[in-house]
Amino acid sequence: MSSPRSSSVLDWPATASSRAGRPVASAAERRRNRWRRKLKENLTAYGLLCAALVVFALFSWYPIVRGVLLSFQQVDFVNPPTWVGFDNFTRLFEDPLFGVAWRNTLLFTVLALVFGFVVPFVTAVLLNELRHAKAFFRLAVYLPVMLPPVVTALMWKWFYDPGAGLFNSALGAVGLPGGQWLDSSDTSMLSLVFVSTWANMGSTTLIYLAALGTIPGELYEAAELDGAGLWKRLIHVTLPQTRFVLLVLLLLQVVATMQVFTEPYVMTGGGPDDSTVTVLLLLYRYAFVYNDFGSASALSLLLFVALGVFSALYVRLTRKADQS
Amino acid sequence: MRTLVSPSTLRSPGGKIGYAVIFGCTLLLFVIAFLFPLYWAVTGAMKSPQELAQTPATFIPNEWHPETFADAWDQLSLGKYFLNTVIVAGGAWLAQLAIDVPAAFALSKLRPKFGNVMLGLMLVTLMLPAAALLVPTYVTITDLPLLDVNLINSPAAVWLPAAANAFNIYLLKRFFDQIPDELIEAARLDGAGPVRTLWRVILPISRPILAVVSILAVVAAWKDFIWPLLVFPDTEKQTLSVMLQRVAIDMPLNVLVAGMVLASLPMVALFLAFQRHILAGLTAGSVKG
Repeated sequence: MSSPRSSSVLDWPATASSRAGRPVASAAERRRNRWRRKLKENLTAYGLLCAALVVFALFSWYPIVRGVLLSFQQVDFVNPPTWVGFDNFTRLFEDPLFGVAWRNTLLFTVLALVFGFVVPFVTAVLLNELRHAKAFFRLAVYLPVMLPPVVTALMWKWFYDPGAGLFNSALGAVGLPGGQWLDSSDTSMLSLVFVSTWANMGSTTLIYLAALGTIPGELYEAAELDGAGLWKRLIHVTLPQTRFVLLVLLLLQVVATMQVFTEPYVMTGGGPDDSTVTVLLLLYRYAFVYNDFGSASALSLLLFVALGVFSALYVRLTRKADQS
Repeated sequence: MRTLVSPSTLRSPGGKIGYAVIFGCTLLLFVIAFLFPLYWAVTGAMKSPQELAQTPATFIPNEWHPETFADAWDQLSLGKYFLNTVIVAGGAWLAQLAIDVPAAFALSKLRPKFGNVMLGLMLVTLMLPAAALLVPTYVTITDLPLLDVNLINSPAAVWLPAAANAFNIYLLKRFFDQIPDELIEAARLDGAGPVRTLWRVILPISRPILAVVSILAVVAAWKDFIWPLLVFPDTEKQTLSVMLQRVAIDMPLNVLVAGMVLASLPMVALFLAFQRHILAGLTAGSVKG
């Protein structure tokens, strides 16, 4: 509000009226005018803001508070909600699926990082070296990102089909035995991770590619003059130069994959033998199958706390690593 | 531009061969990984049900049944579900533009009192995992506070929460911040009020960012699954994704696959038409290395 630049904007309605040729005002009147002008500006601004404030209040801020309250309430939508303390949490802890869901979700997240983090980075480094057909590569890798996730999931469910599915047909064609894919609890999660990686790697790859494009070529030249081979240049130039993007995307990916829902819901429904029940799938069941919104909210709160603690630790650790 | 491998290495005979081999392998891998599944789906839809179920699968259909696409359109009532999806996605797009653009403009150029607090409160919502708000937002939708309206089965249940998008406001504000205040000053001297300035001066020069926000909005709404699944229990009101998932078990596979291909076409067409904006949107909000 103090820089001369911004004041020219803030003067807006008043200067317009002074142009109309008002008589010179006394000091008190000027103060009053300035106050009135400020008020008018703020009213205009809040007029433009009000729709956004209403939707944020209704669909973001209020639900945040409501979610915390719901975690400690019992709601059936007939009677007014009753305060039940930590009952919802106790119920969750007693559910044998609770531990299973967290374990499965962690497994999904770790597997999704092994593939979804490494594969796009390697792909981006590779594509950055290629001189031809760049547009094609960018288009092809991003194409799956545009497909509706339900279509991707249903399509891959069909590919995984142990009978006439694409994978077992292809394996059979080269004389290899087919897999059970989604139908065995040993491979079900891995199969879901493949789908998720295939569907989402386009965006991460292209973000890495953009980051690689900003590395100054002189760095590679200098490293090469110092006798650094291909591998050393990758470790000592490429990685440090892209580390910020890598670190941020790693965090975003963990937060995103911890919320996996569409793939298990559409492809396995949590099976076989609960091997793909994720936290969000359990949350969905609590809310929309058992109609227990209190426990579902308690589970959301736990997920939120877990991700919050993880993010805080991660940011702190990476910052510390940066400083040392 | 100099990258990991030096140009001189690439020019050497060994380098040329190595490059050709790596390029060829990458190309082949990309075709197999990203284009072949789409080929498989499109041709799979045109196989007869018997051929689709046979092992080993045929790589080129023995008989072509392109009429499966027309059958799928009728059997799945795709016209109705396309319309539903267009209404949901189009409304979400308009709501985001109509609500987020004026808000970002006010925060960027009018700078009201507590504006930064408001912006901060909006940006904080980006830190929340979407899943954490699923249940309370659903509960809110079933009975809007003060208004006592139930938005279940109404497209507004998607439109309004979509507009509470802090990322859009951040992107737009960052763009508006770069517009010189002199331009607004000039509009003011010509007697234009703030709303007129927004409409006549700011919006025309903000086309790139409006395109990015628009594409992000439409694509997100078209791809979304869990929220429409919750708010459209009425099967007549559902979007394509929710409907496909619901009928997947009962439909003959060739009809289902044809439906999936048709449901994806608008997004693929959008991508081919606006790829520059889509790829710009990808890096617009992302971090600078």
